[in-house]
This record gives sequence, structure tokens and C-alpha cells, in this order.
Amino acid sequence: MIGVWLALWELTTAKTGWLPKPFFSPPTGLLHVYVTEWRRLLICIGYSLRLWAYGFGLGAVVGYVGGVALGWSKRFAYWGMPILKLIGPVPATAWIPCTFYFFPTTFDASVFIVALASGIPVTILTASGVAGVDRVYYDVGRNLGAKSWYLITRIAIPASASHTFVGLFMGLYYSFAVLVVAEMLGAKYGLGWYIQFQSNYSGYANVYATIVIMALLCAGIVKLLFVTRDRLLGWQKGFI
Amino acid sequence: MAAQAQALRAAPTGAGGSVAIVLRSVSYAFDLHGEPLPVLDSIDLSVAAGEFVALLGPSGCGKSTLLRLVAGLDRPSAGSMTGDGEEIVSPDPSRILVFQDPTLFPWMTVWGNVAAGLDARGVLAHHRGRVDETIALVDLTAFERAYPHQLSGGMAQRAALARALVNDPALMLLDEPLGKLDSLTRLTLQAELLSLWRKKGFTAILVTHDVEEALQLASRVVVLSERPAHVKAEFKVSRPYPRHRDDPALVALRRQVFATLGLET
Repeated sequence: MIGVWLALWELTTAKTGWLPKPFFSPPTGLLHVYVTEWRRLLICIGYSLRLWAYGFGLGAVVGYVGGVALGWSKRFAYWGMPILKLIGPVPATAWIPCTFYFFPTTFDASVFIVALASGIPVTILTASGVAGVDRVYYDVGRNLGAKSWYLITRIAIPASASHTFVGLFMGLYYSFAVLVVAEMLGAKYGLGWYIQFQSNYSGYANVYATIVIMALLCAGIVKLLFVTRDRLLGWQKGFI
Repeated sequence: MAAQAQALRAAPTGAGGSVAIVLRSVSYAFDLHGEPLPVLDSIDLSVAAGEFVALLGPSGCGKSTLLRLVAGLDRPSAGSMTGDGEEIVSPDPSRILVFQDPTLFPWMTVWGNVAAGLDARGVLAHHRGRVDETIALVDLTAFERAYPHQLSGGMAQRAALARALVNDPALMLLDEPLGKLDSLTRLTLQAELLSLWRKKGFTAILVTHDVEEALQLASRVVVLSERPAHVKAEFKVSRPYPRHRDDPALVALRRQVFATLGLET
């Protein structure tokens, strides 16, 4: 199947030229990029992954803690929910102008943008998951002598875990989307920066080559998250 | 089995034994869109230590609400409730409510569910053996690593009973625990419930729709009225255990109970 696609691709670009040269590139062109540019691409992958890991990690942790608090505590939700509803729908990239003012380096600003993009869906879904836990589980817990800490950590959190994972998946896609934009904020390396740099010089083969790498990276991380979820939520097998 | 029950009773985690419950003019009203909806109307009920009382009444008359109050999960609007003379103000592992649905925590194994009470009170490390013993008591040892969704309805309800019993409750509040089971499993579990009660000696209050079940298990049957509920009639059931359905005394009693409920047979 992949062979057929590659043949078709090669045919339309290199052989017949239906898709004109500078804007489209044959697979061999991409291969050429990988062979000649692999050193620089590896560094870019490293930089992108570092930014992504900081941003997504921070966003997921802060979003998760905030989500549990919002879902659990009525008082916290009273003050927190309006803020979340206000900033939730705003695209993370819209904050770029202010971030320059608030953060000392562009790297910090980029981390913030990525963290915001991934943190908000995690917060919203965790909060709704925790708030939606069947009250009867809390009744059982209280009846067995459980205090708040046990009710939160052993009942609310596992009961809402499938919601949290939906939030993490959404956050993952958003974080990749803003990663490219964030890396255009005067970064020196990174896949987003590389795409920007190469398209300025009409290096479209390099752009495509980078897009393929990003797609594979994203798919790999999604796969990793699926494996984690299936391992943690094995108890749900009969439900979903 | 007897030695096992002895070991369970001797363990210092719960109160064990039994407790006398006294309800004095207990009333309760739900808040329904700002309007109070009276559910319980001045209920007076005394349950002696170690007694097995069945509560019968029309659907929606507030029987489950009464159990939640005695468990301490909700507070009555008026009246007082005491356990061995002490006011009931909050939930306590010595008074455990078992629901119609097993309400097992789906993310924990059977063992984890049964251990939950001890774990929540931070005493699990010293009493792991009690968990194993209680699981054995309800015959689920082969399933202790299973998750709730892998259990049949009867097994899940036995696990729920074990989760309650491991805390050595002095009072078991049973809210139609066998209500959703098929009739054969139901009969088996009635017998098991009875033997657990006789073995461990806790006080039991059972809410049920099934007159037959009430007469098979309880030493006293209390009939509640329509909502707002008050105590309408009481029947002492003094036949020895195990009881037989065709015992003429029980048949006569059943007719009386049905008549009180407004159904002639």
C-alpha cells in the first residue's frame, strides 16, 4: 500500500511534473533532505521535543491539579470556572504579544504558550469528570470512614480518569499545533523554526521532510499515551 | 468457620457486636425546587441490639431515606436518633449501609474494594489477613483479583457485603441488597445473609419490597405508610430459623402483612 502511494507520488512529481517543482517534491527529494540535513534535523527534533516536553508537562500537571480542584471544591469552582470559561476559548497563540512582556526569554514564552494550549483541555475535562462522579461512591467512602484526602485521591481521581485522558489527547494535538507557532518566536532551532526558515528560502522539500517528521513524532506520542491509558484504565475493559 | 468468625470479631478495628438503635419522632423533608417535600413523618422506631428488623412499605415511601439517616449520611429535619444512647451525627464504619446496587469501586479489584474501609482509616497494613478472611467468608477467594465488571450480580453483592463486614459493623443497614438479583441467587443470598447475621451478631435493618423475604429473615417486620411515611404496623416473627415458606404461622402472618399493605390475597 505504502509502495503504491510512493510510486504515485514519484510519478506525479518527478516523472510527469503534474505537480510543479519548487512547490512539490518527489519522495527521492525528501530522502535527499534526510541524507544531507540529518544532523541539523536531529538538533531541531531535540529542541522541539524539549520545548514540547516542558510545555506539555507543565500544562498537564497544572491543568490536572486545577481541574481536580475545580471539580471537587464548590468554592474553587465559583471563582475559577468563570476565568476558565473566559480564557478557555481564546486560542493560545493570541497571548503571544503579552507573553513577550511577562517572560524573560522567548523560550519561557514558548513554554507558556504550549502549556496553555495543552493545559486548558486537561483542566476542563478533569473538572467535569470529577464533578460528574456518581455521588454514591462518596457516600460509600464516607460510610467506610474515609476523609477528604481519600475521597479525592482514591475515588474522585480514578473515577474521572477516562475524562482526564480525553483532555490529555486533546491537549496533545493542540500543543503540537502551537509548537510550530511558538518556535517562530525567535527560536534558534526546532522543527517549527526549520519549516519557517526553509519556506523563506523555498526549500519546500525540506518543509515536507519536516512535516513528515512532525507527523511521526505526534503519532508516536499519541501511541505512547494510548498505551499508558490502557494500562492505567484496564479496569474499564467491560465498560467501553 | 466458627473460629474464623471468632477471629474476625476479636480483631480490634471496628466496634463489632451489636448496637441498639432508637429513633424518636424523626422527620425528613426533601428540598424540591425550594418547596419542602415531606418524606418521613415523625417515625418512632426502636431496634434492640442484635435484632433483625425488616422495613416494608409502598414504593417511594422513604425507606431508603430512613436508612441514610441512620447511617449518618444525611441529617433529619426533626427528631433524634441514637445508637446505644449516643446521638448519630455523622457516618461511621460501625454503621454500614449496603445499597441495592453493589456500588463497588470499578477501579479496584475485589480485594481492593473489601480493603477500602481499612485502607481509608489507615489501618490496612496491620489487618491484611482480615481482608482475606472476609473474602473467604463470602466465598470469593477465587475472585479476589477480579474487577467488579467481571463479577456476576450475586458475586458483586457478596463482595459488597464483605466490604461492609470487614469493618466489623455493629449495625448493617441493608437497602434492598437482593432486589436486583434473579430469584435463585436471591434465595441463596438470603440464606447467606441470615447465616452471617447469626454468626456475627450485628443488628440488622433490612429494607425490602418482598414480604416473603422479610418473613424469612426478620425477627420483626415494620410496615410503613405511604409518603410521608410513619410506622403503620409491626409484626413480631418468632419462628425459629431456618424458616420454611409453607410454615402455617408464616402463611397467616403473610396474609396479615399484605392486608396492612392494602393487598388482599
